[in-house]
Amino acid sequence: MTEKIATRHAYGQALAELGKNENILALDADVSTCTMSCDFGREYPHRFINVGIAEANMVGIAAGLSTLGYIPFVHSFAMFSAGRCFEQIRNSLAYPKLNVKVVGTHAGLSVGEDGATHQCLEDIGIMRTIPGMIVVHPCDGYETKKAVEAIALHKGPCYLRLGRAALDIVTGKDDYSFELGKAVTMKDGSDATIIAVGMMVQAALKAAETLEEDGISVRVLNMHTIKPIDTEAIIKAAKETGVIITAEEHNIIGGLGSAVTETVTEFFPVPVFRLGSNDTFGQSGNAEQLMDFYGLTDLGVIEMVKKGLRSKNYLKDVNNK
Amino acid sequence: MTIQALKQQALEVRKTLLSMIYQAKTGHTGGALSSTDLITALYFEVMHIDPSNPKWEGRDYFILSKGHSVEGYLSALAKRGFFDESLLSTFCQYKSPLIGHPNNKIPGIEMNTGALGHGLSISVGMAIGLKKDKKPNRVFTLMGDGELAEGSVWEAAMAASHYKLDNLIAIVDRNHLQISGSTEDVMGLEPLRERWESFGWQVEEIDGNSMLEVVNALKAAPFKEHKPSLIIANTTKGKGVKEMEDIPSWHHGVPNQHLYEQAMLDFESMEKELQNV
Repeated sequence: MTEKIATRHAYGQALAELGKNENILALDADVSTCTMSCDFGREYPHRFINVGIAEANMVGIAAGLSTLGYIPFVHSFAMFSAGRCFEQIRNSLAYPKLNVKVVGTHAGLSVGEDGATHQCLEDIGIMRTIPGMIVVHPCDGYETKKAVEAIALHKGPCYLRLGRAALDIVTGKDDYSFELGKAVTMKDGSDATIIAVGMMVQAALKAAETLEEDGISVRVLNMHTIKPIDTEAIIKAAKETGVIITAEEHNIIGGLGSAVTETVTEFFPVPVFRLGSNDTFGQSGNAEQLMDFYGLTDLGVIEMVKKGLRSKNYLKDVNNK
Repeated sequence: MTIQALKQQALEVRKTLLSMIYQAKTGHTGGALSSTDLITALYFEVMHIDPSNPKWEGRDYFILSKGHSVEGYLSALAKRGFFDESLLSTFCQYKSPLIGHPNNKIPGIEMNTGALGHGLSISVGMAIGLKKDKKPNRVFTLMGDGELAEGSVWEAAMAASHYKLDNLIAIVDRNHLQISGSTEDVMGLEPLRERWESFGWQVEEIDGNSMLEVVNALKAAPFKEHKPSLIIANTTKGKGVKEMEDIPSWHHGVPNQHLYEQAMLDFESMEKELQNV
């Protein structure tokens, strides 16, 4: 396996590479050495703007720059870019359909020691409700690079969710292709489907491997684009495997779990079990301890898959009676 | 245009905006009337614009941060030729493109505004971009005074002087009233001039309902190299309709038939007065 890398680090390199496009600007609210927009700033200092600790102003400045034809990428921790600036993003970026990219790093519990004030577990939900907003949450460094290239090409507002923790690369294979709005089948299976985002993709793959040893065949979908969601892949999974488990480092209310449930309920109802933070705030600890405490591990996924299978079998029994 | 002609034009804008509000049975009458002279001066005398080519590269930019005063803005844009004046009668109607706050789908409007506290940040972004592109275009922003309680205004104020944006000219429509009362009772803004100066702005204070003072100040701006300019335009909320002047409830008030007709008569006599000067 290749060396671990945090999605924010891969992001910094990817954005710096995109800097060849002279229309791209990077704005940061004093945390560029954490969001890694500093990589871009080093290469292109004249196209990098540190607005200070003033996220709302940063979004407004990006809106103004965008009306002149620039493609601004704005950066802060997810808690402050997506969390604090919901109304600026909604009214001054999305409503006028401006070509601005909002980047939220340090999302989720894996921020670690900083605790609940900085552990954003609501950003997918907040951003997903804004009309026309694209919401992307890549699972590793390789996919992050592809995601950055894709959102830069997309003309319109996008939200990119990134994490702090170093992760294994699981997508960097030759046949891997990234397309906005298209889920990636990481592993095929027939008994159940795990739909995961971010670092839960790695946990889902590990869980599927273990379950395979017990004779349970599990499909793993990497839903890197939460909006627009890949309806086709979800319906196919519902039809072919009969039960879906979602896994995300986010509140089960409003995030991936909600998005998948909405689709399944409307088009092909099957049981959906949502793994994520269960309507709660985080706390201090290192990433591993916290993910373990909140059950966001391969073991947590396995437990949820088993719960899902029991529900699927129960329904089968009821229907056969 | 002469000051006399601009006054006449402002009167036309007042008539039209009041008709729009009367017809739509909704609108923000008081603030639209207080800012009419400022918007008229900008669109008919001060700004470099081309109504036949709203996206002309050499244009000056205007952001109506107090987006609720859209009625005067739309009237001025239509009268200046950005779109057909007949469209104004559809203001706020179902399916009309003229919705209750500015929208960038309308020719001449740069940004969707109305969420208070956004406009100055957006203008700072435009001003930074224009400097980056080494372009001489200026950015004009009109804010409400009540709006200045929004913290993001001061984030933007700080940034404008930090980046030495002398291509940015902000105007405060200082009518002293907001929806729930006097600005000084609700959230005191004074000493307003000193506050802006301490944020690094070059400030001029004028009578914002005197066309002569408005035009002179706007033409003199930017006031100083390497500094953003601020015009505190002291105005009267509801200016031009005696029954509405200086009364907070006219922030969102709509005239009944009697008052509307009375106001139109007032405007007519003001017009006659102007012609006799």
